[in-house]
Amino acid sequence: MWNSRRLVLAHLWFAFAGFGAALLLGEWQMFIRSPLHAWISNPEWYYRSVTAHGTTMAYVFPTLVAMGFGYFVTEEALKRPMVGLRWAWLGFALVVIGTFTAIVPVALGLASVLYTFYPPLIGNPFYYLGIVLVVVGSWVWVALMSINMHRWKRDNPGAPVPFPMFATVAGSYLWGWTAVGAALELLFQIIPVALGWRSTIDAGLARIFFSWTLHAIVYFWLMPTYIAYYTIVPRAIGGRLFSDPMGRIAFILFLVVAMPIGIHHAFEDPQVGSGFKYLHSVFTAIVALPTLLTVFTICASVEIAGRLRGGKGVLGWLAALPWRNPVMLGAALSFVMLGFGGAGGLINMSYQLNATVHNTQWITGHFHLIFGGAIVIMYFVIAYDVWPHLTGRALDSFRLMRVQLWTWFLGMIVLTFPWHWVGILGMPRRMAFYDYTDPAITAQAIWVTMSVVGGAILVLSGGLFLLVLVRGQTAPRTEPATYRFSVAVRPPRALPAALNGFGLWLGLMVALTLVNYGFPIAHSLATPGTAVPAVKVGERW
Amino acid sequence: MTRERIASVRNPWFTASVGITAAIALAAAFVGFIWLPLQHSSAQFKGVWDAICSAAGLVRNASSSKQIVRPRYLTTSVEIDPHMLRSASAESIGRGATLALRCTMCHGARGLSQADTPNLAGQYPVTIYKELVDFKTGARASAVMAPLVADLSDADMRDLAGYYAYLPRVSSSASAAGEVPLIVASGAPLRGIAPCGACHGEVDSKASAAWLEGQPATYLHAQLKAFATGARHNDIGEQMRNIARRMTSEEIDAASRSYANLP
Repeated sequence: MWNSRRLVLAHLWFAFAGFGAALLLGEWQMFIRSPLHAWISNPEWYYRSVTAHGTTMAYVFPTLVAMGFGYFVTEEALKRPMVGLRWAWLGFALVVIGTFTAIVPVALGLASVLYTFYPPLIGNPFYYLGIVLVVVGSWVWVALMSINMHRWKRDNPGAPVPFPMFATVAGSYLWGWTAVGAALELLFQIIPVALGWRSTIDAGLARIFFSWTLHAIVYFWLMPTYIAYYTIVPRAIGGRLFSDPMGRIAFILFLVVAMPIGIHHAFEDPQVGSGFKYLHSVFTAIVALPTLLTVFTICASVEIAGRLRGGKGVLGWLAALPWRNPVMLGAALSFVMLGFGGAGGLINMSYQLNATVHNTQWITGHFHLIFGGAIVIMYFVIAYDVWPHLTGRALDSFRLMRVQLWTWFLGMIVLTFPWHWVGILGMPRRMAFYDYTDPAITAQAIWVTMSVVGGAILVLSGGLFLLVLVRGQTAPRTEPATYRFSVAVRPPRALPAALNGFGLWLGLMVALTLVNYGFPIAHSLATPGTAVPAVKVGERW
Repeated sequence: MTRERIASVRNPWFTASVGITAAIALAAAFVGFIWLPLQHSSAQFKGVWDAICSAAGLVRNASSSKQIVRPRYLTTSVEIDPHMLRSASAESIGRGATLALRCTMCHGARGLSQADTPNLAGQYPVTIYKELVDFKTGARASAVMAPLVADLSDADMRDLAGYYAYLPRVSSSASAAGEVPLIVASGAPLRGIAPCGACHGEVDSKASAAWLEGQPATYLHAQLKAFATGARHNDIGEQMRNIARRMTSEEIDAASRSYANLP
């Protein structure tokens, strides 16, 4: 690496430190609302913890991983120093300052509004300002990704942008646009109320704005994972990427259709018309396409590796794969969780099926399985893969890595499968207290207890992960080999302009946003009498 | 290499991607805005335009032929906002003290009752004002209170609220409180009963929800029973009626005794 080694390390360490703290909070929440613990009598403590857990895990942790990994890709894929290093440090500083600005009021109990804000609940203004700083810091990254790609294209006219960089820029553009929804909600609706300039808020419109962000943010979290599938996995197991253009098309599809679909989170909201709910449902179904493309391409790439290693027959190549390699293991476990989580997602996007699971623990189980499971396990793999190149020290606790990845997988399954199940039984989410002595839910107690056990396994696994990284940081110095990304079976020598840039796709993304969100937003703005009194959190008589 | 123009109808990537996206959007819009709504054989949809307007979520006024349903009893007329009666002037409190002389027989010389009537000292001013107005309008029935409030003006009731809010609250010993029963501490989620403290101060204070600590158990018990039977109905959103009618007799006893003993 040229000059961003410390930058990337700073991003990843801060991300993983936050992850470790938030992981403990998550397990505490699971424990105290389970039958294993008596009711804590004050739900405020519970919601305070949920807010801190969600804010850290959803805004800070994945954003920093995407940023850090993005800077890493910029130098290693473009093979030259990154432009704008000082700006990158500024972006990092904004994220760090924003994190503390947000988390202090949460810790003081002044902003127990959960990370999805839930207006008309209104917390301390510093909580929201902190989130805004985190987002602004990440926008610096978005700009830097774009600038670095364009500088490279200018210096290499006509040459295909290296695939890892292309995918990273796609992810950054997706985030840049998707964060606009929450930013509008915060700046024009929530913060003026939090500062006391207004006393009412249009909660329905706020929810529409948040849905703009809420779904595509998941794809933003997913981006480093998908980039790792394409650019790390085939190389690490001795294979080749099956198709470079197919990978580009998958990322382009994410960019275009991941964002204007968020109203499927608001199927039960009365302020949105059923026609728009249907429209969003259709485009949500289409977003399964790039995932299916990815599953196909990666399976094909892995099969190439298996056959290169001497695997024969229809399934013989599976046995020939390097299962002891943490990258192989992590990717396979991630795929299994992606399969289950994706199937659950197809249920959520259906208007009718959603009605049975809406606002139940099913949803919590779903997004923990997809994000905490399929996505985060690949963050571990990314860290394991890039760590020696960042620290200049060997990272060779392979056995520990395998144990860590297996325990994360098992813990996540044991946590989320019962969670889904109690959701189907009707257990609501976002509640601090469940009276298991009531005969109506006594039978669910055992499943909730199982989730607590799953959470405990995850805490153990998270601890192992940090241990591996710390051991890597203290190992003797070595000179790591040059970092390489996967090479395609047929590396592209020239690409159609449409697959080597984003103009067309950004145009389509914005146009679809206007079609799918324009009217619901304009209608809410134009309808009088939709504002409700704000409910201040943390204020007492 | 010549620079390829992307935004051109001759570029197949452009025409295909825009064409496919538009086709999907149009097909989905046709199904979602026209075909599906028209499947509802409701009087609301008289044609394609009605279907589109409905699916777009346009708000329609209810037809004028439908009468607004009104309750068969009087409800409260007080509209409360969070800033109401936040601070009373010294003059207001003084006038309230004079007016309160007529209340001392039941509510005590300093707002502390000896007669199983509510302690008013330190009660939230909004609560006192609302209950006085409700007694006056008949939204809350009481043979004793009704004649006493009949000649009170709106300003009189605000002064009384200010005076009683100004008096120091009842102090009882914390040791007498004992363990808080489950129904008070956590409600009963499966019956839709929130913890009392969600409105009455432990967790959050909702406008007009009364200060309950140290109130006479007999009074609290009678009010819960009155809410449960609907004899008392000046909770405009039926909050207390819905809660009280789902509580068991034992829970009503326990909650009343518990609050009476709380400091």
